Amino acid sequence: MNAQDPLAIEFTDLTLGYDRHPAVHHLTGGFARGVTTVVLGPNGAGKSTLLKGIGGLLSPLGGKIRLHGFEARDIAHLPQLAEIDRSFPISVFDFVALGLWRRIGAFGGIGAEERRRVGAALAAVGLDGFERRAIGTLSGGQMQRAMFARLVVQDATVILLDEPFNAVDRRTTEDLIDLVHHWHDEGRTVVMVLHDHDIALRLARDALLIARETVAFGPVGEVIGEENLARARRMIESFDDHAHICHRPAA
Amino acid sequence: MLDLFHAALIQPFAEFEFMRRALVGAVALAIAAAPVGVFLMLRRMSLTGDAMSHAILPGAAIGYLAAGLSLPAMTIGGLVAGVAVAVGAGAVARASVLGEDVALAAFYLVSLALGVTIVSMKGSNVDLLHVLFGTVLALDDQALFLIAGIATATLLGFAVIFRPLVAESVDPVFLASVARAGAPVHLVFMGLVVMNLVGAFHALGTLMAVGLMMLPAASARLWVDDLSAMIGVAAGSGMLAAIVGLLASYHFGLPAGPAIILTAGLVYVLSLVFGRRGLLVARLTRPHLEA
Repeated sequence: MNAQDPLAIEFTDLTLGYDRHPAVHHLTGGFARGVTTVVLGPNGAGKSTLLKGIGGLLSPLGGKIRLHGFEARDIAHLPQLAEIDRSFPISVFDFVALGLWRRIGAFGGIGAEERRRVGAALAAVGLDGFERRAIGTLSGGQMQRAMFARLVVQDATVILLDEPFNAVDRRTTEDLIDLVHHWHDEGRTVVMVLHDHDIALRLARDALLIARETVAFGPVGEVIGEENLARARRMIESFDDHAHICHRPAA
Repeated sequence: MLDLFHAALIQPFAEFEFMRRALVGAVALAIAAAPVGVFLMLRRMSLTGDAMSHAILPGAAIGYLAAGLSLPAMTIGGLVAGVAVAVGAGAVARASVLGEDVALAAFYLVSLALGVTIVSMKGSNVDLLHVLFGTVLALDDQALFLIAGIATATLLGFAVIFRPLVAESVDPVFLASVARAGAPVHLVFMGLVVMNLVGAFHALGTLMAVGLMMLPAASARLWVDDLSAMIGVAAGSGMLAAIVGLLASYHFGLPAGPAIILTAGLVYVLSLVFGRRGLLVARLTRPHLEA
């Protein structure tokens, strides 16, 4: 990251966790505006937790998250294990149209302009002609395309993606990567959790490597050096289930 | 021929006011119960409705203790008990390791035992039967207004929470990320469930109040895939059950409440076998499509 970059998201001494156990511990840093950043780290490093914190789904146990130039409602979040009930009888069109929530809320009508947006989003992810299909009839890859279509419809300033290419075939992955590139060209800030270093190198400029705490932060190519990755793995292995109360002073 | 038709279907309602009252009450209940039942089913809360129907018993019983067989007292008691159990179970689920299902089970079991105890201590067995099985053939003006009011409020309530409720059912995490509507919508929905159970329990009693919700909903799911159509079909099959059940009770001297539920059960069994998503269609070896 370059020092002069204006930050979109800034966190200071941020601790997030569950049942008082920190999953993200005293993290300080930020994500630059209009830049695609990947969050890397071993399992249990707190990557998804960090995204949940930024997305407002989890309140910090300590520290602060500041949003610069936008509000929490301008964030679109694609969680990793989306708790979607795919047996619910809802069509692909209606599911993607949920992304219009910010525009139409609970009562607004879906007019010609809204239909056009949803149609365009479906076309952008290659789901033309799937409008009336129930989401329960989609394959895993098609469902992920529908999730991306909903993100397109949300038209968010900041987009958080949690392992978006998991269990998705190569062709779908390539299509979705094009979409993320397109978002970057539109000036959106994208933060994504990834395990695939090749995709990280193709998509992102910056990388944040965490293992509950920051291990490394900077250009992707420099962050994913073997020394950093080994250090991150060691930090996770030292996790203590019977930890005492943290008395570390605020940074 | 026409005479026979008239004697079988029209005359019972034309001749007797109590049959007309029962018809109006049961049809209003069937319409309001349809969306409640469909969402309970789709949210995998079918047994929650059953538990809640038991949970309102002590409230109604305390109302009965205080004022005898008084409709307002028993209604208010039932509403308070139902909402208390729904909110209490939700609070226990959030604050402890227990899931919502086990918290609710614990609440309603205690609640049911308490209700039966209170009624038995004070009243006769006839009163207990009234509370457990309802009095669809003895609905007075007050009860009809209550049922009609609840049906109206229910349909308006669903018009207000429909979209957030669908969003909360399909993708609760997404709804939480765009609006803080998840918890309020769930609470309003549970409120509508309790309200309909209290309304239905005057006509059908606590033991069967849930029948008019779940059986038509399950039948509808076996015919259609579209949500709005499902609610419509459920309302239609609920009304059919109400009419046929009342006629059967009139002609064959069956107890009216159980006759309505048994008819709804028959519709369910027929749907299960012959429905578009039923067993028969699934078993028929139709050649699969090319794509």
